[in-house]
Amino acid sequence: MKPTLAFLLVSLLLAMMQEAHAQDKTLNLPKSIEAGSAFSIQNGGSGEATLYIVGPSQVLKRTVQLGSATYFPAGSICNAGHYVVVLAQAGRISNGSFDVTPINAPATLSFLAKPSRLPVGLHDGITGAVYVFDVYHNLIATSTSVSFELSSPSGAVQKQLVSTRTGAAWTEMDSTSQQGSSKFVARAGDVTSARIIRQVPGDPCDLKMSIQPSGQKLDLQTAPVRDCSGNPVPDGTIVTFTETYPGGQSTVDVPIKRDVADVKMPAHDGATFTVASGVVLGNQIRWSK
Amino acid sequence: MKNGGFLALSLAVATVLLVVIGCVWPVEAARPFITQKTLLTTSSTPEDAVQNLGQEIEAHDWQKAYESFANKAQFTEQEFELDLTGYTTNLRTYSTLDHFKVSPLHASENEADVRLELDWATVVGTSVDTRNLQVVKNGRDWSVNWPFTKQPTVPPQVIPVNYLRWDVIYRGSGDDWGAQDVDAPSVRIVDMHPVQRADGILIMGELLNNDVVPAYVSVTATLQAKDKSAIATEGSFDMISHVLLPKQVTPFLIQFPDAQMSEVDSINMKPFAILVPTSADPIVEIDDQKFNPAPNASLTGQLVNQSGQVVNVAHVISTLYDKTGMLVWVADQYIDSALLPQIPVAFNIPIPEDVAKGVSSERTVVATFSFGGTL
Repeated sequence: MKPTLAFLLVSLLLAMMQEAHAQDKTLNLPKSIEAGSAFSIQNGGSGEATLYIVGPSQVLKRTVQLGSATYFPAGSICNAGHYVVVLAQAGRISNGSFDVTPINAPATLSFLAKPSRLPVGLHDGITGAVYVFDVYHNLIATSTSVSFELSSPSGAVQKQLVSTRTGAAWTEMDSTSQQGSSKFVARAGDVTSARIIRQVPGDPCDLKMSIQPSGQKLDLQTAPVRDCSGNPVPDGTIVTFTETYPGGQSTVDVPIKRDVADVKMPAHDGATFTVASGVVLGNQIRWSK
Repeated sequence: MKNGGFLALSLAVATVLLVVIGCVWPVEAARPFITQKTLLTTSSTPEDAVQNLGQEIEAHDWQKAYESFANKAQFTEQEFELDLTGYTTNLRTYSTLDHFKVSPLHASENEADVRLELDWATVVGTSVDTRNLQVVKNGRDWSVNWPFTKQPTVPPQVIPVNYLRWDVIYRGSGDDWGAQDVDAPSVRIVDMHPVQRADGILIMGELLNNDVVPAYVSVTATLQAKDKSAIATEGSFDMISHVLLPKQVTPFLIQFPDAQMSEVDSINMKPFAILVPTSADPIVEIDDQKFNPAPNASLTGQLVNQSGQVVNVAHVISTLYDKTGMLVWVADQYIDSALLPQIPVAFNIPIPEDVAKGVSSERTVVATFSFGGTL
């Protein structure tokens, strides 16, 4: 068993030496090229051979005349990565390798902005992450400068400059105190990508209602419902009115319409009315005729 | 040949015998497939008269049932049918009578009171309709005075509805993976209370839509043993109001039949929410809500549809709290009649006697469904 293993190891070493020798003598390869650029491979010897270039998601095959340069026009190899070159001629094989690097000019950005919607006044609530790609969608791994800009509805701009690490740059920003749609822009070189972040009002603040008799019933209406920053709470938000009277209770969930919630409830003498929205309680009114 | 003929005759007789037995005394599962015929033909006692009526209703033999009434001049056959199945599409419209019970209440020589309990099988469980019938002697037979309930009508009118409606547009399937999408609504559990009952563990709680957009919600719970292995996972199923508008709160109840609290180390709760196109309409007011303590503890009240749209199915879910504000029970009831605009419809939710002792306050929500409408 042991002699067989030793024989195999020695054979492998010899084969590697032979391979290195063959690469040096027959193939003259560039160490690296930029994705999409034109290049040529010089090879020695004479006669006809077949040249294979094998890389990530791409294989090229050419019949070449040994002793001359084989020219590959621009756009022949677009995907960045490590490529293996094999030259085969009548049972004799020479090989080598070279790297294809991304073009160091951003062409597209993949911009992940989260969340699409958040309450106002949240520290580090907005996250932006950018992946920088060249024109052939290769991730540019070298450090690239990316600027993030968040324009709030009030016109204020938060700006941060971040360098990419292995192709990615990220940042965190605060939501402002004013509701509305903010534009979140990432820029690398001349390339920009924009996302819309909707900053929405927080929980209602200082919820107040008033009561007016309306025929046999009572008309309960809130004051314009706003959050603690003064933003109007969006229409459709539920406000719960509860009427408690001796021997019973009436409840109704009413959506806010044009900043106020309005409902008609039975008029019971001595009833107590309360108003709430979510976990926020408003004022309480005791009604007597 | 003789033996063969005898065998064939035996098989034929046995087949006929089994068919007759199957039709006369059908098993429970086969009842809906058998044309129900009235087995009792005489109404010589008040109970027999009501029994006959129950069988005719079960067989959807509206004509025969109507003909048997002593007060049929007061309403038409169609009105009688609609009195039972509903004038507007509702839970009862697509239900069948599963079984009925007849209980005599009072009897004299010419008049009797008999209770008829009709248990309708609906898509959400049994709906019980109890009618106290007056039965009068008519010659040698007894006839039922059907307690006809006239359907309240809504006066013709135009009700303007201008509540919000939300629609959702998601990112396209062909968009880049980094393209922006709309986030799911933010919801959170604001209350949770596990209880051991004789039939297993119940997990009750309340869920809040913390967002500014409507959410379709549900809750699942996983019981975990001390070694963190899952004992069982269950969802709230229909014991929750699935569509929550912004800042709306719903109770939920999750049942773990046969589970024992002594085996549970922790409970992992998972609220689930997705965006849903919906409308803020209809609005249902819960009026005269009242907790009736034991005996026969119940939560009663009336639903009033404040919108113009008919609510075909309404589901009332109530949360009961003790005097410290702790959640002690979640109970529900499906309303088996449609909610017409401004027409009050009563509900009555039974509460277990042992729970009722500690109840101090309650909160009720109504989930609604309208045929041909939106969620």
